[in-house]
Amino acid sequence: MTVNGQPVSAEVEPRTLLVHFLREDLRLTGTHVGCETGYCGACTVHVDGEPVKSCTMFAVQADGANVTTIEGIASNGDLHPVQEGFWERHGLQCGYCTPGMIMSSVALLSKNDRPSEEEIRHGIEGNLCRCTGYHNIVQAVQFAAARMRGEEPPAADWEGGE
Amino acid sequence: MQAFHPKTLDEALAAAADGATPLAGGTDLMVEVNFGKRRPEMVVGLRRIAELREWERSRIGSGVTWRRVERDGPRAYAQAARTVGSPQIRNAATIGGNLGTASPAGDGHPFLAAVDASIEIASTSGRRLVPWYEFFTGPKQNALQPGELITAVVLPERLPERHEFGKVGVRNAMVISTVCCVVTRDTEGSTTVALGSVGPTPIRVPAAEEMISAEPSPSDSALGEFARLVSEGVRPITDHRSTEEYRRHAAGVLARRLLERCLA
Ligand SMILES: Cc1cc2nc3c(=O)[nH]c(=O)nc-3n(C[C@H](O)[C@H](O)[C@H](O)COP(=O)(O)OP(=O)(O)OC[C@H]3O[C@@H](n4cnc5c(N)ncnc54)[C@H](O)[C@@H]3O)c2cc1C
Ligand code: FES
Ligand code: FES
Repeated sequence: MTVNGQPVSAEVEPRTLLVHFLREDLRLTGTHVGCETGYCGACTVHVDGEPVKSCTMFAVQADGANVTTIEGIASNGDLHPVQEGFWERHGLQCGYCTPGMIMSSVALLSKNDRPSEEEIRHGIEGNLCRCTGYHNIVQAVQFAAARMRGEEPPAADWEGGE
Repeated sequence: MQAFHPKTLDEALAAAADGATPLAGGTDLMVEVNFGKRRPEMVVGLRRIAELREWERSRIGSGVTWRRVERDGPRAYAQAARTVGSPQIRNAATIGGNLGTASPAGDGHPFLAAVDASIEIASTSGRRLVPWYEFFTGPKQNALQPGELITAVVLPERLPERHEFGKVGVRNAMVISTVCCVVTRDTEGSTTVALGSVGPTPIRVPAAEEMISAEPSPSDSALGEFARLVSEGVRPITDHRSTEEYRRHAAGVLARRLLERCLA
């Protein structure tokens, strides 16, 4: 398979999960693992451009596929606009959910460059955050969407005003 | 554990005949594997089989994902698809896997029941077409025999004019249904109502269907009677997600709301 643009090949046990292959064999520990039941979304990666949960997939099922992890979205040391958005709009606290949240957001924005708040919430419904709250995360995605359209991001709702 | 990932249906059927457990999107099966509830010795992956992903009009391959149904499916089926899990789940999870699991809460089932769909099943000895009401045999039980695979869902050539899906759950996103329902209404008034999560299998409510099909433009009290008959006709249980009484009530309210949308 190709991971973040690099061809990789390995012999793995058929029951090795994709998330464990990424973390343990390839040492790409940016992809987190939480529930292993497909609920929390911490393990979200892209397989052939679509977000999936890497805890419900065997590594061998991704044989020949193009896999992108959180480590693969920045380019030449520049943060991806979504990463920048999470930074600027305080879209994370503990950071547990963040890699998965970012991968879902990147996928959403690749299909919809001007998502409404409702569309953003629908796009990240498969990612649970237990500490930051979705409010700032939505703003982070809005920030990124504007950046990616080449526009000035909207002010955070805690800026300006009284 | 051994895993095969064949490219053709024939190879997959041969593996199934040897006792391999089918693996489609893995969103049900892998959860059980990860928890050690199931330890398949042999797994046959179905994702690479192009034939199972084919979709020709009313015949939808079992390997079609909820993501595609959300985008391309008939209205109520697409509405149901939109509520299955989350984007990551919908990209992986298939309609065939939903039927393989045959959960009473499966969101895809009410549509199939409401339009009288059939399930196409194959084995090394041939294919058969099973009507939905013979396919679901109990909670998490279906008519599949060892060695058989679900190959497609077959819808009627012509669907009713209007059809609507709705679901009640404890939160708005990524939730297993407390009740899910499809109501269809055709031009001349004939109406069907199918519900999930309120019985061991998806169910239709013939008494409510007959009563409301005879009403060309149902009055408020006719709608009320329809809701009452639906509540009376379902067979819910109390479990960790909800109580019998609540499900009964919600089934009637939801069915009435969907019928109103069909009439609008
Ligand atoms: C976080 C999360 C949220 C979910 N939310 C919902 C929801 O809202 N609504 C809902 O209905 N479901 C939901 N599900 C359940 C699941 O996603 C669906 O049932 C899905 O359609 C299963 O499809 P799959 O391809 O992933 O099946 P798999 O897990 O691959 O297979 C499921 C079962 O079917 C068998 N099987 C698969 N394909 C075939 C075939 N072609 N022939 C014979 N047997 C087969 C397998 O052996 C297995 O027993 C959720 C699951 C998760 C993890
Ligand atoms: S670890 Fe995969 S969804 Fe939670
Ligand atoms: S930042 Fe801690 S779980 Fe989301």
